[in-house]
Amino acid sequence: MYDIKALYEAESVQDACRLLTEHPEAQVIAGGSDVLVQVREGKRAGKELVSIYMLDELRGISIDKDENVRIGSLTSFSNITKNPIIQEKIGVLGEAVNMIGGPQVRAIGTIGGNTCNGVTSADSASTLHAWEAIIEITGPDGVRYEPIKDFYIKAGTVDLHQGEIQTAILIPKSSYENCFGHYIKYGKRNALEIANIGCSVNVRLSDDKKTFDRVRIAYGVAGPVPMRAPSAEEYINGKEITEEHVEQFGKEVLKDINPRDSWRGGKQFREHMAVVMAQRALRESIKKAGGDVK
Amino acid sequence: MSIDNGYPDVGNKIIGKSFTRLDAHDKAIGRVKYVDDLCDKSALCTRILHSSVANGIVKSIDTSEAEKIPGIVRIFTCFDVPRHYFPTPGHPWSVEPSHQDVADRLLLTDHPLYYGDDIAAVVAEDEIAAAQAIRVLKDKVVYEELPFVLDVHDAIKDDAPLLHPDYPGNVLAHTQIHQGNYEEAIKEEGLIKVEGWYDVPTVQHCHIENFECFAYGEGDDRYVCYSSTQIPHIVRRCIGQALDMDWGKFRVIKPYVGGGFGNKQDTLYEPLCVWLSMQLGGRLVKIDVPREETFVNNRVRHGERFHIISYLRKDGTFAARKYEAWADQGAYASHGHAIAAKSLNAFPQLYPCDNIEGDAWTVFTNKPVAGAMRGYGMPQGSYAMEANADDCARALGMDPLEFKRKNLMPVGFVHAFSGNELYSDTFNQCFDKGDKTIGYTKKYEEYKKPQTGDVRRGIGVATFWYNTAVYPIALETSSCRMVLNQDGSVQVQLAETEIGQGADTAAAQMTAESIGLTLDKVHTVSCQDTDVTPFGTGVYASRGTYTLGFSVRKTALEMKKRILEYAYELTRMQPYIMDIIDNNIVRKTDGRILMSMKELATTALYSRDHSVHLTSETTAHIKTNAFSFGCCFAEVEVDIPMCRVRLLNIVNVHDCGQVINPALAEAQVHGGQSMGIGYALSEKLLFDQKTGRPLNNNLLDYKLSSFMDHPRLVGEFVENYEPTSAYGTKGLGEPPVCPVAPAIRAAVAQATGCFINEIPLSPDVLYKNYVEAGLIEEEGGEH
Repeated sequence: MYDIKALYEAESVQDACRLLTEHPEAQVIAGGSDVLVQVREGKRAGKELVSIYMLDELRGISIDKDENVRIGSLTSFSNITKNPIIQEKIGVLGEAVNMIGGPQVRAIGTIGGNTCNGVTSADSASTLHAWEAIIEITGPDGVRYEPIKDFYIKAGTVDLHQGEIQTAILIPKSSYENCFGHYIKYGKRNALEIANIGCSVNVRLSDDKKTFDRVRIAYGVAGPVPMRAPSAEEYINGKEITEEHVEQFGKEVLKDINPRDSWRGGKQFREHMAVVMAQRALRESIKKAGGDVK
Repeated sequence: MSIDNGYPDVGNKIIGKSFTRLDAHDKAIGRVKYVDDLCDKSALCTRILHSSVANGIVKSIDTSEAEKIPGIVRIFTCFDVPRHYFPTPGHPWSVEPSHQDVADRLLLTDHPLYYGDDIAAVVAEDEIAAAQAIRVLKDKVVYEELPFVLDVHDAIKDDAPLLHPDYPGNVLAHTQIHQGNYEEAIKEEGLIKVEGWYDVPTVQHCHIENFECFAYGEGDDRYVCYSSTQIPHIVRRCIGQALDMDWGKFRVIKPYVGGGFGNKQDTLYEPLCVWLSMQLGGRLVKIDVPREETFVNNRVRHGERFHIISYLRKDGTFAARKYEAWADQGAYASHGHAIAAKSLNAFPQLYPCDNIEGDAWTVFTNKPVAGAMRGYGMPQGSYAMEANADDCARALGMDPLEFKRKNLMPVGFVHAFSGNELYSDTFNQCFDKGDKTIGYTKKYEEYKKPQTGDVRRGIGVATFWYNTAVYPIALETSSCRMVLNQDGSVQVQLAETEIGQGADTAAAQMTAESIGLTLDKVHTVSCQDTDVTPFGTGVYASRGTYTLGFSVRKTALEMKKRILEYAYELTRMQPYIMDIIDNNIVRKTDGRILMSMKELATTALYSRDHSVHLTSETTAHIKTNAFSFGCCFAEVEVDIPMCRVRLLNIVNVHDCGQVINPALAEAQVHGGQSMGIGYALSEKLLFDQKTGRPLNNNLLDYKLSSFMDHPRLVGEFVENYEPTSAYGTKGLGEPPVCPVAPAIRAAVAQATGCFINEIPLSPDVLYKNYVEAGLIEEEGGEH
């Protein structure tokens, strides 16, 4: 039994916006794999819920007219992993969300929920940061777009105003074209885990595959919200693909990240992992892009 | 030939065969009923208010606001309960007061001794109202806070807060085994000293079905309690003791149980549940424990710290050994010192040595209560003993397997106190079989060569000491009832409970074998009901199959005798020239089938000449016990920069005597291996050092190993018929978990050269050790 004051089932996106405006205290619920856990823990007990779970128009993955990869916010993790567009254009996202929880959670959990939660450990978040995703937000006054780095405000808080819901996540063509990425999730076991630290790297190599044309790296759990590592990116962009550069790239991330010291993992330990993961994820990305580390 | 002749079971038809477990179909389709399925939906729900201090006195609890919440029936606080202190552990009761369990529990306490102790209970129409009341009540408790202590070595200091006034120094018990003269023996010239401190964590059973019970009044001041328990008859006794009433006033019913692993070998919330029902005029009240509380308010495995010193001669033999252990009891006695004492007793047996000084202390701390858990002290003790044995082999430059073979208990060893004897060359047979399966010898040599690179491999092997049952420490008794049905089938009743291990199936196979029936003609009554089930103490230790075997065989033989005597009336053939084979009465002299069991049974019950209800019921009082040994081989790959261990292969080999059902035995091994893998690599219950609050009491933060962390689990057997046993079998429930962690530790050590003395070998522990060992640079990065 869950302590829920009322459940309003939205019939359309507009209806969801209306319900959220009418019930300013209400919490949006999609798959429920986070919200219901919080209700059970008492954190959101006794609240009104607005369910958007029945809104099929928010499901599915397509290439839109501007050639963005468009992921409907209610698309489940398992559907993202299995989707041919994702597999072709941004396979690492499918791999990353396939590491969430277990099969049941991946079937019910949605990418919109994963990002709207605003938690730093979300497995989709570091990859979406590393691929500079654009968040589509629909509210009573229409649609607006926001880069994902601005969508995350602080731990647990995202930039959704009264009456707004997230309706899609877009990856622009300039972001995915010729890019290859790799995600490493670090947990204490191989399933049913929340990332202790997560690292997503992607590369675009020069035509001769000898130099880094563009490298992007983002972390989960290296700070209160998912974050890029600009010093490391600046260091490596334009450089030759050598072992020395890969190693140094990893060490550069320490200039950018600021992981917590907690019983779940010490700061020094997480910093060590961040360095190793940056190096390994970069090596894997180079390999996927057809390059070779000298 | 069936086995009515009393000789070992040569030519078994049913025993030793992998029959599908009796409950497999029902469990697969979700039809079996657990406690929650049987509880009527009208039941009142209970939520417990837990203390938010690790040690303190409850001065007051203001319930007025919480009582106003709609749906609240009553709130009972620690000031309302009777002050009858009662014991909880699932030990057979002792009629001698000096051997009785410590009675230190109240239904609810005004002196919480750990963060989360039970101080009030809310009874409500539904769980939402109860949870709302708990959230309100949390801020309405006034405590006088007292200092607390979380570590065993802090707890035994002079200035430590004292948990129980009767136990100075917080020591619940201290026992010793001193043999020979350790102090003199260590003076021998040329000895090599190998010393280690070994730490094992507090872990929890994590059975799938959380504990739950419900109770209601019946008849004249009697109460029925359904409980997810391993030990219904013991629970009945403890309810009586808790409420200071005659034990027969309570009827405890145990339906199917979704795992116990020893946590349910303790009386948990049954007395409180019955008392709440009693206060509410016998209304149906249930207590279902959420997972978070299962970690904290049921029982845990004792965390333990060991100190072992071995003095070795250059030829690889032991000159003298010292063993010290401190077991973390938590706040209340529960099973108490029995756990630490078990591994202390094992120490001089596993690797016999003339000069031994052994001491074990069980120490109270302000933490959740430690009780029984699969292995009962031996996963802890085996870790320390085998880690030290590996350290010894390393100091000598010997292959650890060779060192162990050389020093382990020899064939013919007899333990004076228990009378247990090692009849067969079990250790070597198990080692040989496992070596062959996993390729230990070859791999050990290969991985011994210097390894470089980030990812390295190693292999390890560990053994353990175990015995099957609880004799002579405690009573061993088993009772059995068999009833012949109208169709010639037999139902069997025992107090040894089915808790997922397959006891019902084993009992049915034994019954079928001993009477001469096919397995489909035997029905084990799975549910235990203390009003109906013959007396027994339930299942615990590794005794179920061993113990019930005696009463099953005795009862079956008596049953068979009665059947054949009745057959004489119908056939005029003497009972001694007849046998029962495959559900038929057969004349042994010519093999002729004289009549079917069905004809006999129908006649017996409906005969107008001589109608008789054919039953038998016997008790076996058992005064033997049996060693049950084996080993585990583990092969790992260690990714040093990532601080990760990947288990590549694991093979356990056990000698549990005659295997009753190979498929079920293998499943027991798999379960034990899984539990051992978590123990070795990831599981540890953590506490906030500033408050004593448990930090990871949920299945996300507590890292129970998952399928994805297991390689293929391999279990094998050597079958040396156990002469003390009714069917040649002996313990297998617990042994598989015992050797896993030390085998993995040894493998990780071989891979990296870094011998780590604590478990779990989780990433943070590896990181700390690899930085110290120079395997990882402190700034991080790969090379």
